[in-house]
This record gives sequence, C-alpha cells and structure tokens, in this order.
Amino acid sequence: MELEPLLLSFEVAAAAMLLSAFIGIGVAALLANVKFPGRDLVDVIFTAPIVMPPTVLGYYVLVVLGRKSVIGHAWESVFGSSIVFTKTGAIVAAVIGALPLVVKTVRTALEETDPTLVLAARTLGATPLRAFATIQLPLAYRGVVAALMLAFARSLGDFGVTLMVAGDIPGVTRTAALAIYDMIQAHREDDALVMIVTLTLTVGVLLYVVGKLTARNRET
Amino acid sequence: MAPSLHVRVALGVKAPDGVSGFELDVEFEVPPGVTVLFGPSGAGKSRTLGCIAGIVRPSRGRIALGDEAWFDGKVTCPIHRRRAAYVFQSLALFPHMAAEYNVEYGIARDVPSHERRARAIKMLERMHVPHLVGRKPRTFSGGEAQRVALARAFAMHPRVLLLDEPFSALDSKTKTALLAEARERIAEAKIPTILVTHDHGEARALGERVLFMELGRIIRTADVSDPALSSPKLVAAERAGEDRS
Repeated sequence: MELEPLLLSFEVAAAAMLLSAFIGIGVAALLANVKFPGRDLVDVIFTAPIVMPPTVLGYYVLVVLGRKSVIGHAWESVFGSSIVFTKTGAIVAAVIGALPLVVKTVRTALEETDPTLVLAARTLGATPLRAFATIQLPLAYRGVVAALMLAFARSLGDFGVTLMVAGDIPGVTRTAALAIYDMIQAHREDDALVMIVTLTLTVGVLLYVVGKLTARNRET
Repeated sequence: MAPSLHVRVALGVKAPDGVSGFELDVEFEVPPGVTVLFGPSGAGKSRTLGCIAGIVRPSRGRIALGDEAWFDGKVTCPIHRRRAAYVFQSLALFPHMAAEYNVEYGIARDVPSHERRARAIKMLERMHVPHLVGRKPRTFSGGEAQRVALARAFAMHPRVLLLDEPFSALDSKTKTALLAEARERIAEAKIPTILVTHDHGEARALGERVLFMELGRIIRTADVSDPALSSPKLVAAERAGEDRS
C-alpha cells in the first residue's frame, strides 16, 4: 500500500491552508472594509481561479514564478532550488486554488458582522487594525474556520495546476490526486482505493463541519 | 474647565427611500454639561452626533474641541484620536467579551493591563453592576446592558460624551434610576455632553439646554424648563408663525 502520496497531500494541504489564510484574510479584510480604486479588479483576480481552466492558471504561475522569471530567479538564488517542479510549487498550486474560497468566505463573514460594533471600537480609541483584530475578526471566527477547512479540502484534491506547476515526480510532488490518476491509468484501481476512500472521507467530514459552521453563522 | 465643543456641519441626508431627503445644516456650541438635541425621528440628530464622533464625514463645516480642530474640510482627526465616547442606541456592547473587558476596551493602552482591569471593575461597581464581571452581554438585562455601556463610556475618560437615545428601550422605573446615575457621572466628568432624544422626560432629567431640531435645522434653542419641551407642536406652531411673518 502506497501512503507517501497521501502524506504528501496532507502536508501540502496544511501548508497551503496556512499560507492562503495569511494572504486571504488580509485580502478579504481589505475588500470588506476599505473602498479603494481597483477594488472590483482585485475581487475579480481573487475569484478567477474558481472558474479558470487549471492549464491557464498553471501557465500564469509558470510565467510569474518559473526559473526564467524575476521572482523565480530571485527565489532560486536565495534558497538554492526553484519554485516550480518542487514541493514548494505544489504548495503554490494548492494556494492558487484555495485562495478564492478563503477570500470569498472570510469576506462574507466579515461583512456580516455588525458595523456598529466596529464603529463603537473606533470611538473607544481603537485604530482600524485593532478594531479589526479584536472585534470584527473574532466575531467572524466561524466563517474564518470554515474558510480554512475549505482551503484544506480544496488543496487536498488539486490536480491540474499542481501537474502544470509541480509536475508528477514520485516522492517529491506526486500528491494523492496525481497518484490516483497514475494508478487508474495503469489499471491499479485496488491500489488507488485506499487513497480514494481517505480523500472522500476527509473532504466529506470537512464539508459537513463547514456546513454546520456557516449555518450557525447565519442563525446568529 | 473643560473646553467647549464647537459644531458647524452641513451634509446632504438621504431618506431611507433613497429619493427624498434634506440638507443637514447646523451650528451650535456645547459647553461642559448636557446639551439635548431634541426632535422627531429623521431630524438629523444622530447624523449630527456621527459627524462629531467622526463616523460620518460632513460635506463642509468645522468641528473643534476648544482650539483643537477635529474637522474643518481639510483636517480630519481620526475617530480613535478624538476620545469622544459614543453610547449607541443599540449600546453596541461587544458580544464576545465579558463586562469588564467591554469596559476596559476604551482605557488607554499605555495604562498597564492590571490597572486597566482594576479601573474597569471599579467603574462597574460605581454603576452598580459588579456582579456582571465574567459575564457576557447576552446574559445582561436591558438595564444592566445600559449600565455597562455607560461604564464603558466613562472608563475611557472621554473628552466629549455622545448619548444617542441610549435609554429609549428601558421601562420607566429602570430609566429613572439610570438617568439619576448618569446625571451624577456626567456632573463628575464635567465634559461637553450631547443627549439625543425625543423623550421630554429624558431631556428634563439630564439636560441643561435644549436644541430643537427638525429636518436638519436647529429651529429653537431653549432651557430645559421651556414648556415647548413637553409640547413639540408648540415649537412647530411658533415656527410656522415666524415663517409667515
């Protein structure tokens, strides 16, 4: 039984969840609270990965982070290895898929908090950042936790962008989703079954909890 | 002696239907003590308070506490630097924080944490709700929530106090007791205080002077003993008379 791809998937998903939370909560806070020129454009950029073909997304990532790009070159000179076709590339690919879910879910949760409470905090001397961190974000915690779970679930199953950006290198970037594809192609359905069941159960449980969290969010 | 608050604001106000509306255009001085903004719903009273607190931006005018300009078209002092305590009609207690944390929230951050907590608890005691320590707002009665909201406002040592109909949802017995306590605390603080209300009982219990507002204008300035306070129709009739002459 091959467990390595499954463990790699969980590792990549955990890292992608944390990274997309860090970026996504910041972007969601900006979109929910600050009116700035180009806000709609930022919204479109962070929503596009939901509907864009993975090959197109993968192409953009290769252009921006590939070895010949400025960022890719700088990364390689600092860390000694490239972003693409490494585990880092797999994490970046998963983040691309997870970010829209984090931004959308957190933004909705932030916008559903009572704006009077934030204003009250401001009149009590809180800076915008303190009012966000101590009032708005804690009150939106259910939405934030739901967003993190969605990010994890989405990252666990990424296929297209991962294949484009990280490749399918056994032991390095071959996640469970890629391994299942390879096994099915090689008529090794029985070997794939453990991974299929594990992914299905994990995603099922996560989505159930997300449903409960967001339903309670709507009730309160 | 605390400085007076000078308010001159103009602002287009849209009615909830988004079509009709009026121009808020007021100018008044608020010396230390309680000034009442009195008038019907939709007169622009809360909008005026919002401009003073900094949560609504006037289109023009000047707001200053003594010599310190909070707004003059160019300068806009950020909300958190004004130290204008605002008690909202909904009270806006933070639902995820226990009473003492709510009260502590507005105390300056350079005060050590244990001292902030001690001050918050002391303020809850002074507002006769020490039993609320450790309890969250969802467990408070209406009167208790009101007391915590006032405690939170006073604990921050505000330079201006803005009360936006905070007593409107109380039964008369609780309201009478709370108004007496609020009057005591306000007298101690000796700061410019504005009470927005359309209840003449509240205005009489707390106020010293009254500004009658209607459709964005101050139509009369009077003492709380003014009989017009119990008969807003009288003010309207007088105004109609002035308009005809």
